[in-house]
Amino acid sequence: MTEQVVRPLAVRSVGRSLERVDGHEKVTGAAAYAVEHGEADGVIDPLHVWLVQSTVARGRVARLRPEAALSHPGVVAVIDHSNAPRLRDTGNRELLILQDDAVGFRGQVVALVLAESAESAREGAALVDVSYEVEPHEAELREDNATYKPDSVNPDMDTDTEDGDVDAALAAAEVVVDHVYRTPYEHNNPLEPHATTAWWEDDAGREVLSMFDSTQGVHGVVESLAPLFGLEAEQVRVRAPYVGGGFGSKGEAHAHVVAAALAARTTKGRPVKLAVTRQQMFALTGYRTATISHLRLGATADGTLTAIEHAVQEQTSAIREYAEQTASPTRMMYAAPNRRTSHRLARLDVAVPSWMRAPGEMPGMFAHEVAMDELAVACGIDPLEVRERNEPDVDPETGRPFNNRRLLECLHRGAERFDWASRPPGPRATVDGDWWVGTGVASATYPAMKMPGNSARVRSLDDGRYAVAIGSVDIGTGARTVLTQIAADALDVEPGDIDLAIADTRLPPASVAGGSSGTSSWGTAIVAAAQRFRADHGPSPDPGVETTASAADDPAAEQYAFHSFGAVFAEARVNRWTGEVRVPRLLGVYSVGRVVNPMTARSQLLGGLVMGLSAGLFEESHRDPRFGHVVTQDLATYHVAAHADVLDLDAEWLEEADEVFTPMGSRGIGEIGIVGTAAAVANATFHATGVRVRSLPLTADRFLA
Amino acid sequence: MDAHISLTVDGTERSLDVDTRTTLLDALRERLAVTSPKKGCDHGQCGSCTVLLDGRRHLTCLTLAVAHDGAEVVTAAGLADDGLHPVQQAFLDHDGYQCGYCTPGQVCSAVGMLDEAKQGHPSHVTDDLVGDVDLDDDEIRERMSGNLCRCGAYPGILAAIREAATA
Amino acid sequence: MRAMRYLPAESPVWAVETVAGSPGAQFLAGGTNLVDHLKLGVTAPELLVDISRLPLDQVEQYDDGAGLRIGANVRNSDLAAHPLVRSRMPAVARALLSGASGQIRNQATTAGNLLQRTRCVYFQDVTTPCNKREPGSGCSALEGYGRYNAVLGASAACVTTHPSDLAVALAALDATVVVLGTEGERRVPFADLHRLPGDDPSVDTTLGDGELITSVEVPVSRASERSTYRKVRDRASFAFALVSVAAAVELDGPVVRDVRIAWGGVAHRPWRARLAEAALVGRELTEDAVRSAVDEELADAETTAQTAYKVPMLRNTTALTLTRLAEEETR
Repeated sequence: MTEQVVRPLAVRSVGRSLERVDGHEKVTGAAAYAVEHGEADGVIDPLHVWLVQSTVARGRVARLRPEAALSHPGVVAVIDHSNAPRLRDTGNRELLILQDDAVGFRGQVVALVLAESAESAREGAALVDVSYEVEPHEAELREDNATYKPDSVNPDMDTDTEDGDVDAALAAAEVVVDHVYRTPYEHNNPLEPHATTAWWEDDAGREVLSMFDSTQGVHGVVESLAPLFGLEAEQVRVRAPYVGGGFGSKGEAHAHVVAAALAARTTKGRPVKLAVTRQQMFALTGYRTATISHLRLGATADGTLTAIEHAVQEQTSAIREYAEQTASPTRMMYAAPNRRTSHRLARLDVAVPSWMRAPGEMPGMFAHEVAMDELAVACGIDPLEVRERNEPDVDPETGRPFNNRRLLECLHRGAERFDWASRPPGPRATVDGDWWVGTGVASATYPAMKMPGNSARVRSLDDGRYAVAIGSVDIGTGARTVLTQIAADALDVEPGDIDLAIADTRLPPASVAGGSSGTSSWGTAIVAAAQRFRADHGPSPDPGVETTASAADDPAAEQYAFHSFGAVFAEARVNRWTGEVRVPRLLGVYSVGRVVNPMTARSQLLGGLVMGLSAGLFEESHRDPRFGHVVTQDLATYHVAAHADVLDLDAEWLEEADEVFTPMGSRGIGEIGIVGTAAAVANATFHATGVRVRSLPLTADRFLA
Repeated sequence: MDAHISLTVDGTERSLDVDTRTTLLDALRERLAVTSPKKGCDHGQCGSCTVLLDGRRHLTCLTLAVAHDGAEVVTAAGLADDGLHPVQQAFLDHDGYQCGYCTPGQVCSAVGMLDEAKQGHPSHVTDDLVGDVDLDDDEIRERMSGNLCRCGAYPGILAAIREAATA
Repeated sequence: MRAMRYLPAESPVWAVETVAGSPGAQFLAGGTNLVDHLKLGVTAPELLVDISRLPLDQVEQYDDGAGLRIGANVRNSDLAAHPLVRSRMPAVARALLSGASGQIRNQATTAGNLLQRTRCVYFQDVTTPCNKREPGSGCSALEGYGRYNAVLGASAACVTTHPSDLAVALAALDATVVVLGTEGERRVPFADLHRLPGDDPSVDTTLGDGELITSVEVPVSRASERSTYRKVRDRASFAFALVSVAAAVELDGPVVRDVRIAWGGVAHRPWRARLAEAALVGRELTEDAVRSAVDEELADAETTAQTAYKVPMLRNTTALTLTRLAEEETR
């Protein structure tokens, strides 16, 4: 493997719209997702696995009787902690399933049923008779129990930060905004439920575990599973040619992936298919913690911040810690000499929370951006002005210069497009028929991240084309398409000359499709491999020569704080009879570096706005603390935005190229669309009605007198 | 308990034994390896499993296969004899999808919906119930609301259907 | 989902005779609710009698246009699209069109819509107590997730609501349900079809063993022609009602001659607001008059922190709906 110092790309295809290279497969349904592979892919006569879940939140499996299940026609086996293949303890109790009788949350996997058909497996699972020794549980997040201080917050940030003297500054402030903001539990709910096909084979005397998994990172699945099963990484092959969305929930392997591998281990080579049901996803595949944000802003009368405090309370699971970095954007967003942030957790007997699109930024910026709106109101100034007034010269957290902070330009461009100048300054000023009408704005930000551990391979083909390979995954982002464009430009050929292979651990390693880092990380590796390939083999290489390379670190980049920025503008209408909220206009203007493919990028940004709108108006997982599980566990009771909810929606971006960050000039766009969007909608509903709602979602009942 | 049924799937006659419990969706996916219809929720709450069943858009997850012996099923894979259906081409042109998982259902739903509109069926947002249907954006959005897209590709889906409706 | 026998019905009488006396037998029509429940384990029949292909699929006028007789198997979408439904009883069309999705309306039948069961999250989750699903096990919704709970007519045994939109419109329009049983046919006034939970919420309706709805008769009146349905929900589409209002009105000048008000999302059955109606007949239809009439109906409402919103929502939505109908009437 070679490290290559990368040069900025001479762009030709990059920057232009290219129809998705896998579009035909998607619109016809020919694209094969994780449990849709057949004999051609080695999946022959598979068994079906169904998960049996605990019905208590904490305790022990006292007795598990499989007899009725085993006598059901088609059922082949029942696997529980007494007969499951042994796993090695890697310290991840979410994954260490069926190794003992302990129950740590309601919905935990306590047995697996294998059967010849999905129908038999499901009925078999219903027939497994489990009784429990029940222990008292705690499953409710409250301000009085979220007191535990984690060592760090996701991924490895400081738990608390403090600069200056916040208390003194607040005491001296002319204006103080001091409120509690709440966001609910939210579930990622990609349309393709989590699913895995797995089988074990003998490969020249070595066991090999093969999987098709619905994952955001095939290599990450190997890193999780290989040590659990005592295997070398080479003994696990994971493929994910098509993945039906993830939004963070497929960023790491969850228990069902281990369940599939365990089940397959017992079948003497016969493949198994495990499709998690929509209901099971609410317990087993991650979710966003609820958050309680206590925001205190101190300012001078003109809205200049003198103090920012963001104290976060949220929850984690007692069996595995995940601490959402909710206050992290508050650390860098606005200037103020005195600043303090903190995170405290309740360790509950609940399912393991995890990543959901813009972890940290999404709930944190809801709180902060509604608070900024309240500051504008308190000071009697425009919400744009309060943001202008507190624009920092350098990153307040690190003291480094921003690579390219164009927040104000985003705000100004959006204001122009939204006709902000004609906005009545006060709330409850506009009625149109049955509707109170208002507009609101919020800032958005997301860090620009590039992950280590990526490399790519370039090989010349017989026909003058090039095979380019990297193990990254396209979860719907358009990665397959934009990486083709990047490879084409890096090799100075047409996109049609690129034969791109992705989503297989036999290919060079790639980091997870998460943190808006995919294109930056993988694209940089492809550019490195292509530039090295040309250096090694010239413009007219012999067929069959190849180069594998990764990008050398760029020390010059370390002097900057890399972030993307944006501004979200919303119009909200609140029905003055019913309280119903509709959002007829939603606009995001972004500074995200160079946009590699405007067509797919636009879809990404609009999709983020839709998810932010959805979180703003609808999404809430209701955990019943008596039982410990989420009871709104399907798509009828957990509402995500439907087509009728998404009206005039638009996204645009500033022309720019961030070539300090990546050779493509891009920074990443997957997450920023969801950031600030719920706040913009909430601020618009305040402007419409004069009713300030500080907790999501903004449902009709909040606006009824 | 098993039953023997025949289906015409994307123009091909198929006969198969199904468990009486088997949904049409599972019959297609697991017995016939027709995986164009997707399983997003299995409870009629997302629309990913939509096909045209005897010419109308239909959720295969809430349908027992045994109750549809002799039915004609058209999935997104069989909408066009050759190449793509105009609705599918419009989805490509307007990037009306991202991950692609809801897409075959969206496409089938759109084809069925356009036919319903052509027949003059009103919708929840039709102001004048007895008048003609003007398939404007709000009408398309409402009529397509049984197909959830978590990627949020609705603007592209709308543009695609608008174009296909006027083509 | 246990193994079950499946039989296509040969005739309505055959279907009734096959199901009557067999506690493990159930009718299968559109399947949109039953198949859902089979998978969840909410119900586990031994025998499904498929009535979906019985020729109960006509919409026809009866008594020289006095009303419409709607076959039990008429699909929701076909009923909503029927010209006479659209012109003579718009509340029925609007209720149907506000329910579920285009695909589900293509599948779901008229009778099946009326007999669909509650969407209470605990009823649908077999790991939690629910008196409706498992009599005597307790009501989890009483102190649990209750945003969709009833505010009228509930009991300590069950606080859920009926999910149908169509049923609310039919309640307002004084429909009659035609039922076939082993003893022959009987006619059930719509108000008598669904029950309140009392101490046995496991029973949703007054239908007897094996009884099959064969049609629904809806009388046409001046009020039915001036009727509508307003559903309030979180999502703009494809969501169950927070509350809904079916309303019909006939005015004599500014004065109410005939008014019908039925509510959805408030009780274990569609709630006909007869007290409110009585308070309005003979009076001038104003927003304030409607609000005070609604308050009479809601005098006995019992709310919690989670359902308190339903009172102002009902008051406002009923006022909105009726005053708009009156405006149209006088336009």
